[in-house]
Amino acid sequence: MTVPDTMMPETPARAVRTLDYTGSERLTMNMGPQHPSAHGVFRAILELEGERVVGVDAVIGYLHRCHEKLAENLTYVQYPSIASKTDYVAAMTSELAYVMATEGLAKIEVPKRAQYLRVLVAELQRIASHCLWLGTWCMDMGGALGGGATVFLYCIRERELVLDLFESLTGARLLYGFHQIGGVRYDVPDGWSAQCRQTVDLIEQRLVEYEGLLVENAFFQMRTKGVGVISRELAEDVGLSGPLLRGSGVAYDLRRAHPYSSYEDFQFDIPVQPAGDCYARYEVRMVEFRQSIRIIRQILDGLPEGPISSRPGVKSVAQVRVPKGEIYTRVEGPRGEVGCYLIGEGGPKPYRMKWRGASFSNLAVLPHIIPGHSVADVVAIMGSVDPVFGEVDR
Amino acid sequence: MTDLSPALSALLMGGGVLGALLGLLAYVTLLERKFAARLQSRIGPYRVGPHGLLQPIADGVKLLLKEDLVPASADRTVFNLAPVVFLVPCFLIYATIPFAPGLGVADVSIGVLFFLAVSSMEIVGLFMAGWSSNNKYALLSAMRAVNQIISYDLPFLMAAMVPVLLAGSLRLSDIAMAQQGGLWFVFYPVIGQIGFIAFIVASVAAENRVPFDILEAESELVAGFRVEYSGMKFAMITLSEYAHVIGTSFLAALLFLGAWSGPGPEWLGAVWFLLKALGVFVLITWIRWSFIRIRVDQILQISWKLLLPLTVLLVMVTAIVIVLRGPHGG
Amino acid sequence: MTDTDAGARIAAEFPDVVVTPGGSALTITVPVSQWLAFAQFAKGALACRWFSFLSAVDWKDEGLEVIAWVENTDEHFNLLLKTKLGPGQTACPSLVSVYRGANWMERECFDMFGVVFDGHPDLRRMLLPDDWVGHPLLKSYAVDTPYPPYR
Repeated sequence: MTVPDTMMPETPARAVRTLDYTGSERLTMNMGPQHPSAHGVFRAILELEGERVVGVDAVIGYLHRCHEKLAENLTYVQYPSIASKTDYVAAMTSELAYVMATEGLAKIEVPKRAQYLRVLVAELQRIASHCLWLGTWCMDMGGALGGGATVFLYCIRERELVLDLFESLTGARLLYGFHQIGGVRYDVPDGWSAQCRQTVDLIEQRLVEYEGLLVENAFFQMRTKGVGVISRELAEDVGLSGPLLRGSGVAYDLRRAHPYSSYEDFQFDIPVQPAGDCYARYEVRMVEFRQSIRIIRQILDGLPEGPISSRPGVKSVAQVRVPKGEIYTRVEGPRGEVGCYLIGEGGPKPYRMKWRGASFSNLAVLPHIIPGHSVADVVAIMGSVDPVFGEVDR
Repeated sequence: MTDLSPALSALLMGGGVLGALLGLLAYVTLLERKFAARLQSRIGPYRVGPHGLLQPIADGVKLLLKEDLVPASADRTVFNLAPVVFLVPCFLIYATIPFAPGLGVADVSIGVLFFLAVSSMEIVGLFMAGWSSNNKYALLSAMRAVNQIISYDLPFLMAAMVPVLLAGSLRLSDIAMAQQGGLWFVFYPVIGQIGFIAFIVASVAAENRVPFDILEAESELVAGFRVEYSGMKFAMITLSEYAHVIGTSFLAALLFLGAWSGPGPEWLGAVWFLLKALGVFVLITWIRWSFIRIRVDQILQISWKLLLPLTVLLVMVTAIVIVLRGPHGG
Repeated sequence: MTDTDAGARIAAEFPDVVVTPGGSALTITVPVSQWLAFAQFAKGALACRWFSFLSAVDWKDEGLEVIAWVENTDEHFNLLLKTKLGPGQTACPSLVSVYRGANWMERECFDMFGVVFDGHPDLRRMLLPDDWVGHPLLKSYAVDTPYPPYR
């Protein structure tokens, strides 16, 4: 294995694709990066034979901000509010991974109330994220001028209720800055619990409406059953997690397998579906809605008193010096396993921080399952994989 | 109208119909937007004029003022001609519709056939638009369009044959007269209802409305064959599509829903006709805003494997019923 | 299986590796020459079929270190595999033939650190534009390295 003695080997030939007729019956078509159903900035270079896709090259990196280099240059206290910008649709879980990693390495205790609050916002975030998933997926399949938009607007209406809750709790609707090292930053204001209960009851009712609109709809079944089948073996090999893994028959949920932040105190079910197609993933997420509501009710009934952080007030902005060591913490985000691999070196800044993004691994399955489907299915599959490109590109 | 020469009266009538139609189409777009909005728990256009009533005019003015872009590598002649070729058939279908007894532009004896033949000519305009845009998305969409419209024109025709057989004539005013004072064709046991449903499904598909709009599948092909059009040409294409939908709604109201019959004096017949057509339009719109779309191969399967055998069977059953019933009126 | 069982099996098969228990995973330091063989052993004999991530760490003078995390989801058994490439070395065997998920992970590693993976079917940049010069996550790459604006 001889390589030139330089840290900058020659970049391979520029991977520019000419998008013309290749002479055979194949058509190379570009989908994205600006596209109504690309879920963000994503470019898929499809090779089509008629309507069938025979090859797909996924080009990502349009949203790359090099979080990992940023983390090496910011202190442990400065970074958590930036961490939410990886998975911006589920910002609470992104922050949680980083903050838990720091607390694990520096052996900082988190009070019980803070742990319960973390679980509460994580589950509320899961509901909001799944609302967005359902809305955008139906909109992709149904058209922004058509039935899809109807489901989209209903789901956004529900998501707005959850975002109102977050706004009265943290002051922000999308990117919160709620978690800090040692606990959480804000406590529950007066009347918030009652509003939370009302919201959750309302969402549970509305879920029944959505299922009524979709499950018995022959069109929905035609578009999602048997489409985008991910076998169990492929799911494990590529490293899928979250609803994609559970929709392929693997009963693996981090909240049950490696409980963190007091998840072991709560009762909830883990949905698993063996089929591995888009419909299975849909069912898994619909059950997750209800289980999240169940956990939220348990927390609201039994929120313990106590401090919300072990480093309150001025201490929250004081430097944390994390001893030498490494740790890998993971949380179960709405998209799957969000992990933070942290190497500390004794100073106020990490030596190396690696984000294991759920959507990056989930998206890696696309080149394996898309060939063989038609163009319309690409959209349905992308929606059921539910990527968020902040997490893919970091 | 009898003292004017037939040519002049047809011309005046045609001009009148066109004028009324353009006004109607503009406000039908507003109706659709308001209806869709209420379905989605929003309000719809509200600010332009009282309750958004000036919205269509604002949209028209805006589209008139937009720059007319022609892509550099597009086939200019065909590109400019395509909206015209698309528009003409969509407006021509109104020529044979009698809006009131004796009030029609040209009441030809092959009314139904004329309607269906002319409305299928828009495929040519559609394909011209898709091909000349020199754009892969447009091309893909145009190919799907040809496929779909051809597949659905057959069940469309077959379903339209049911009232033709029941009335015994292809002339549209005869079919309308046959329902005056009697039973609307949609109320005929079984064959009327199935015929009406098949007609609506086939017409929604032939018009590229959701759930059969893979043609312009916005989230996949981003407006399909009209992706390169802007300004007035785009307005022409959109207006022609709405004209086609409304024309088919009029046809459905005439063939199945009794045309002019309704309570009240004779002259109110035209108003009832309009209301029934708008009712069918609202039904089509409701379907559009409630369903997601299906893939093109599934659409074609529905047409060839389900709708066509069903409508052919329907026509055969209707024929048998007529023979058993005896001579018409007997 | 428990960490001790696994440790014993690994020691029997691969005497050169260093097994460090403790923490949430069994940390295994593998010499580069046995990287691929050990990955096959982990997937086969230890049934760690779930592949989580693969990345690298730049230890400045000591060189690069490639790390990978694989898991046995049925028995809740985790492995953190590490291999030091040595000072100035950038070559490493590719794990794509063992875990398909390594494909994109190794491309990103190449993009950010310059590690060249032998046997990777399509090693090109993943997140950065194709004409980017340099590998940003190396400690020698300054945060404020200028890059010409996009055209």
